[in-house]
Formats: sequence, C-alpha cells, structure tokens
Amino acid sequence: MLRTEEMLLNVGPQHPSTHGVFRLVIKIDGEIIKEAKPVIGYLHRGTEKLAENLQYTQIIPYTDRLDYLSAMTNNYVLCHAVETMMGTQIPERAEYLRVLAMELGRVASHLVWWGTFLLDIGAVSPFLYAFREREMIINMLNELSGARLTFNYMRVGGVKWDAPEGWIEKVRDFVPYMREQLEGYHYLVSGNEIFINRVKGVGRYTKEDALNYSLSGVNLRSTGVKWDLRKDEPYSIYNRFNFDVPVHDGGDAWARYQLRLAEIEESLKIIEQAVEQFPAEGEILAKVPKIIKAPKGEAFVRIESPRGEIGCYIASDGKKEPYRLKFRRPSFYNLQILPKLLKGENIANLIAILGAIDIVLGEVDG
Amino acid sequence: MIEDLLQSNPGWANFGIFFLLGAVLLLVVLGFVTYGILAERKVMGYMQLRHGPNQVGGRWGLLQTVADVLKLLLKEDIIPKLADRPLFILAPVIAFAPSFMVLATIPFTDKFQFADIGIGLLYYIAVSGLTTIGVVAGGWASNNKYALLGGMRAAAQMISYEIPLVMSVLGIILLSGSLNLNDIVEAQKHGWYILLQPVAFIIFMIASVAELNRTPFDLPEAENELVAGYHVEYSGFRWAFFMLAEYVYLFAMSALITVIFLGGWLPPLSILGFIPGAVWFSLKFTLVLFIYIWFRVAFPRFRADKLMEFGWKVLLPIALANIFLTALIKTLFFS
Repeated sequence: MLRTEEMLLNVGPQHPSTHGVFRLVIKIDGEIIKEAKPVIGYLHRGTEKLAENLQYTQIIPYTDRLDYLSAMTNNYVLCHAVETMMGTQIPERAEYLRVLAMELGRVASHLVWWGTFLLDIGAVSPFLYAFREREMIINMLNELSGARLTFNYMRVGGVKWDAPEGWIEKVRDFVPYMREQLEGYHYLVSGNEIFINRVKGVGRYTKEDALNYSLSGVNLRSTGVKWDLRKDEPYSIYNRFNFDVPVHDGGDAWARYQLRLAEIEESLKIIEQAVEQFPAEGEILAKVPKIIKAPKGEAFVRIESPRGEIGCYIASDGKKEPYRLKFRRPSFYNLQILPKLLKGENIANLIAILGAIDIVLGEVDG
Repeated sequence: MIEDLLQSNPGWANFGIFFLLGAVLLLVVLGFVTYGILAERKVMGYMQLRHGPNQVGGRWGLLQTVADVLKLLLKEDIIPKLADRPLFILAPVIAFAPSFMVLATIPFTDKFQFADIGIGLLYYIAVSGLTTIGVVAGGWASNNKYALLGGMRAAAQMISYEIPLVMSVLGIILLSGSLNLNDIVEAQKHGWYILLQPVAFIIFMIASVAELNRTPFDLPEAENELVAGYHVEYSGFRWAFFMLAEYVYLFAMSALITVIFLGGWLPPLSILGFIPGAVWFSLKFTLVLFIYIWFRVAFPRFRADKLMEFGWKVLLPIALANIFLTALIKTLFFS
C-alpha cells in the first residue's frame, strides 16, 4: 500500500487565473480539492474609510476603482444615493446619458468576462475577439468622459460632460455590429463540445444556496430566480425600456455563461431604445449647490451592476462629507460561496468555477 | 548512398560522414524550429487580429526567434536550492534527445532518409515514448507542486494517448503489410491512407495532438491552472530545451503523418510526377502543420478526467473497431 498524503497548494496571489490578487489555499489529494480557503485583502484600499474625509464629488473617482470593469454603475450608485437623500430631479438628457453609459459598460464588462473565462479554460482567441469589441465601447466611453477605464463621469445631479457630436450615431451603429459579433461568439465557442464538457454541471448550486449566500446578479439568476433590480425596483429611467431578464435553472457554470451572453443582447436592446428616445437637447446637470451637502439622515440604494446588486449606504450628519459610507460590493458577496463549491472538485474545475463567478478584485477588497 | 554506407565496413570515415549528416539534419531541424515558431506566431497572430512578430528582422519578424533564443542563452541559469540537481539538469536532455532520434527514420523523399530500418514506425513510437520520462523527471526534480502536478498529468496523458495512437496505425500496417516507412509510402501509390483509413487518420490526428501536448490537450503545461506545469522552475536554456523538444516533435509528427497518411513524397496524381518529391512532401507537411496551429487557435482545453475518459472510452474502442474492420475487409476481399 502506497502512502499518500494531502498536499497544501497555494494558488495566488500571483496565479494567472485568479484575476488579480486573489489567493486561495487549497488542500489537494491528487487533483481533488479537499478544502479551500480564500484569502482576500491584497487590494484593500479602505475606500469606505477614505470617503469619510472626502466631499461627495471627490468620492466619485474612488468608486471608479472598485469594480474597474464597470465603473459607470459604481459612479451611478454613489450619485444615486446622494440624489435620493437630497431629492434632486435629474434632467432627461442626463438620465439617458447615464443609462447609455451604464449599459455600454455592462456590455464591456460581460465581454471581458467572456474573454477571460475562456482564457482560463484554455482558449486564447476569444479573449482577443472580445477585446476588439470592448475596445470600441471603451473608445466611445472615452469620447464621452475623457477616460478609458476610470471614467469619473457622473455627478450628483447629472453627468459631467455632454455627448460629443456624432456620438449617438456611433452608439447606434455599434448595436447591430455587436449583435453580429455575438452570433460569431456562439458559433465559435458555445457549441464546442470540449467547452461544454468543461462547464456543464460544474460549480452547481441550488436556489436555496444562492439565496442563503446572498448571491446576486447572474450568479443568482442562473438558479432560476428572476431578480433584476432594473425590472424589480426600477431606478433611473429603466421602466421606459422594453427588455427581458434572462434566467436559467441549470445553476452551473454553463448556465452562467449563457446568461451573460444573453444579458449582452438585452443590454443592446436597452441601448437601441435609449438611442431612439434620446432627447435632442437639454440640461445635463440639475441645479445643485457648488458644495454638495447631503441632508442629515441616512439612505440605502441598490442597483444592478454587471456582477450583481451593488448597494450604497450613506449616513450623513449634514456636512459636506459623509459620516459613514458603505458599499455593498456584489463580487465580495458572490465570492463567499466559493469554498463550498470547491470542496471535492478537480483542480481544473477550480479555475472554471472561480471564473464563472466573475469577480473583480478591486470590488472584493474594496 | 546511405544504404551503401550502412552495408560497408565500420570505420572512422564512415562515422565521420554519419556524424556530419547528423549535424546537417540538426541544423535543418533547428532552422525549421526557428521558422516553425515564427510561422506559428504569425498564423496565430493573423487569426487573432494581431500582427505577430514584426519588428526584429524586417516586417516579417524573420529574426524574432533568433533573438529570443539568444536572449534565452544569456539568461541566468537558475536551479532551485531544493531541486534534485542531477535529475533537474538531465531532464531537458532526456526530453529532447528522443525527439531528434525519431527523425532518423522519416523518409523525406525516396532518397533522403537517414536510416531505412525495417521497423521504422515501431521505432518512432517506441523512442518518442521516452520523452515522457524527461517530462516527469523534470516535474519531479523541480521540487515544485505545480511542476509535479504537471509532470503527473503529462505521464498519464502521454501513456493514455500512445495506445490509441499505436492502435490507429495498426490498420495501416495491415494494409501495407510492413512497418517500414518507405514501404508504407510505396504502398500508397494507388490511394493515400487518409482515404483508405479515414477513421485511423482522425484518431491518429487527435492522439498526436495529445502526444505533442498542444491545445486542446496542453494540460501538462496548462498555464491557467498549473501556471506552466512541469517546466515552471526551468529558465534559460534548459527551458529552451523543453520547448525545442516540443517543436522538434511537432516537426517529426507532421512528417510522420505526411508519410503514413498523405503519401509522403508521392504526387497526388501521377501526371504531376515531374515535380520533385521534396516539394510534395513539404506541401503536405506544411498543411499538417497548419492544422496543428489552427487547432491551437480554435479550441479550449480539455479537463484532465474528461481527457482520460475520451482516450480510453472513445478513441481506443474506435481504433480497435477500425483494426477489426480493416482486417475483415482485407481477408474477405483482398486475400
């Protein structure tokens, strides 16, 4: 009888497939994971504490750096929280610009996920195709905000910059182009037997697990729970658009893969309608005081980011800085189910499971 | 010429000529590896919306690989403190040497072949199996957990896929009645084996990708799971040796497929016989190579357990059925 022993393997923080500085200490028996312990905090910058000494407008750039793949939603959730406290009325044009920016950001974020997930699975090419499309979105958002990743675009009461000339047309042309590319994605990857083998039945959890672990976004919808804040608690002007919330009851990585691609399609629908309804002219910033002071009290708002429910809680004592600011960061919550999912899995599945959760370390660590 | 030399009495002159020929082949192979890598990067580049190397050596990047190799030569040679030193040093050599040895039996044209031995095909498969030892030894000697996992995977994978590989060529051996690669080519005068043995060709192609450790079977060095697999601790020229072995095998395997399935140096139609055999050989060879590169661009990676299942439960039974069918048809209609 051979003596076998468990091996302690340190995955990360410099491992290529942990999407940043995520670390995982796993106990393996052969290639089977016996126990997994995630270690986070390598990217912790203390955004929430820093915010206590910053004026509201100054906090916005910090939100860019939380979920850096979809900075627009983070911008929005902070502004939305302050606006809710102040009761500000947002100009029409600003609302449309916000929705366009957020939905383009959602498409870009899901594209990055698609590319990197397949990169983790071992296919290099889809990554480059996804980044071609993402580059176009980034360029559009760059024209809008002057930055490619950390936009710092939204302000309390509206947005900072108006859309440059010809921008709306560009967005309009992008929609059919992206749809065509999506078909290509499905053709290249979704039908590939090797790929389906890698994701089908991998990282499966039930509806109850998902709810108990407070998962949100695609991670929740992949278990059959139809819950999308854009539909269920419409914020901004989302109630004006006609779109579906894709759900799947597989509960595995394959379901999450299909849902994210389906969400790109839904976002394209919203973009299409928003471009159509886009007001020809109008204010982009409401009449707000130079120095924003949220009234005494507290507020919690939540919106649907590409990764799930992002929430922002503000407790204000009426000063120009918040007394306490707290973000409900969806990646952080979604990650909590990982040790449970990994138990008893193969090492190769580790990457697929982690990838399918779609975390952004900036957001996990805050 | 080589035949005569082999028959003549051994002597220093004889040895010298063989040594020289060997050196020439090595240079040819190194030249191939240099431009094979460049071709791979270029083809992959164009398939992935990139340009590939285009700076060193003109706009085609003709000197890129040379520069890369020079860089590797200049790199510091790192041996981990707790590594098994002799084995660590020996492993790249064990991995590389067989890859070069197998080239001896490949008939590039009807005249250009180094060793026309009776059991050419068997020799190729037997010798190429040795590389696994180098890979496992490298993974073990590194004293790194990722390397160990990669090495174990490599061993499991290479052994599992060698069997369908051998089984698939048995059909061809049945048809040609010989293990000699020259005879196999000659037997394809009236029809290439890719047409007579399409199932064997598909199995061989898949198993050969697994043998070459290339996508979608690149598990031993799965970058995203095992960082770099068995050669994670290797750097500089030792690492280059592993890479060299891989690309020489690519060369050898493409040549072997050309020989046993695509009729080697034979022209596709006998009217085209005026074009030299070397041209036909290199055309077919390039095609096979291109398919390997194409695979790499198009596919994701297999999962370790699915890989084993696929090898043992799918490829092997099909290969066995193929042998049975071939034997049946041969005895019923052609004996």
